[in-house]
Amino acid sequence: MTYCLIVDDSRTIRKVSRDIVESLSLEVAEAENGAAGLAACQVRMPDIVLLDWNMPVMDGYSFLKELRKRPGGETPKVVFCTTENDMDHITRALEAGADEYIMKPFDKVILAAKFRELGLLSETCSV
Amino acid sequence: MTELEFEALRAFLKARSGLALSPDKRYLVESRLTSVCTRFKIESLSRLVWEIKSGRSSALENATIEAMTTNETFFFRDKAPFDLFQDVLLPRYIKERATSRRLRIWCAAASTGQEPYSLAMLLKEAAARMPGWQIDIVATDISNEVLEKARVGVYNQFEVQRGLPIRLMVKYFTQKGEQWQIAPEIRSMVDFRYLNLIEDFSRLGQFDIVYCRNVLIYFDTPTKANVLRRIAQLMPADGSLVLGASETILGITDTLTLDSAYRGLYGKSASGTGTTRPALAGIR
Ligand SMILES: C[S@@+](CC[C@H](N)C(=O)[O-])C[C@H]1O[C@@H](n2cnc3c(N)ncnc32)[C@H](O)[C@@H]1O
Repeated sequence: MTYCLIVDDSRTIRKVSRDIVESLSLEVAEAENGAAGLAACQVRMPDIVLLDWNMPVMDGYSFLKELRKRPGGETPKVVFCTTENDMDHITRALEAGADEYIMKPFDKVILAAKFRELGLLSETCSV
Repeated sequence: MTELEFEALRAFLKARSGLALSPDKRYLVESRLTSVCTRFKIESLSRLVWEIKSGRSSALENATIEAMTTNETFFFRDKAPFDLFQDVLLPRYIKERATSRRLRIWCAAASTGQEPYSLAMLLKEAAARMPGWQIDIVATDISNEVLEKARVGVYNQFEVQRGLPIRLMVKYFTQKGEQWQIAPEIRSMVDFRYLNLIEDFSRLGQFDIVYCRNVLIYFDTPTKANVLRRIAQLMPADGSLVLGASETILGITDTLTLDSAYRGLYGKSASGTGTTRPALAGIR
């Protein structure tokens, strides 16, 4: 089963994202900041990371840079999911190795479209 | 609106836009045409039908037709038809048209432009392989309202996130507050024109590739057959037609054949005579 790690400091967002991702038949784990996210990757490398930008302890950008340096850390698809909705942030994220970028607010349609584009959803998934 | 008035409206829509509304779609008519009544200061749907029947206002007729169209679309919709374009059709025609270096593409129901712009971006990405080529993308629709939006090429955050890969967004869009505008270099590749598929379109000329997606579903079988036959007439022997995910030509026309290797891709039948199969002639 495709395994998705959600890294976001907002419990509400984690819950919303988890519900959507689970409805797409993916397995989900959560982390509340970048450091906790890296620890989770250490235990099991996800197929996809849904990543917030601004978080205490370690932000999403630092998480991504660190993840990409680690053994096996180049494989997960990383999708930023953030309120930083400007070209500057998007470009920085891509340069740091992000695969996709979702500007909040988002919904199931957008998330499914991005996952499909990354080849993480089956063709028959109807969203 | 009485039953007779509803019937008259259905007949009008069928005759003018091909839209085949089933008798149980009364609610749809009511929900979509109320705003037309408001705009034209018409007090009821009954009155609207009466005005249409009088034939006095073509503006009202067009507004009614437009209001009944479904314009849902998004960038790279269903993904597969665009992978097909990039991985199969483009390489094929780059080879086949190497001498003429000319490629003509038609999006036959383009709505707000996401489909032709998706193709235009893919062509731009392939530009290095097509130096000196003349490429036409003609994008048509029956609704002037959606065409207007398509020509402007400005989309909201929801629209640019639904199917458009972020790298292409960064490359080909500029941010205007909450909105995203497509680059002039992409916009200028697409020629948007008003066109009603149930009317004669032979003057458009020949097209190597035709995308006619998610519009035939609104027509009845004889209308579908008729439109498909006329589309086939605009295709050269090696032309390609791409239909929507839920659409098929099966049992509708023999002027086209399914490409067995790729879902949704059709070519011209070698034996295609431009008429429907004898067995189906009765339904015309
Ligand atoms: C659902 S959209 C499809 C857009 C796009 N091809 C896609 O698949 O995403 C259908 C479009 O067909 C247009 N349409 C409906 N009847 C038509 C007709 N008779 N001639 C031309 N366009 C028509 C509508 O205005 C609408 O924009």
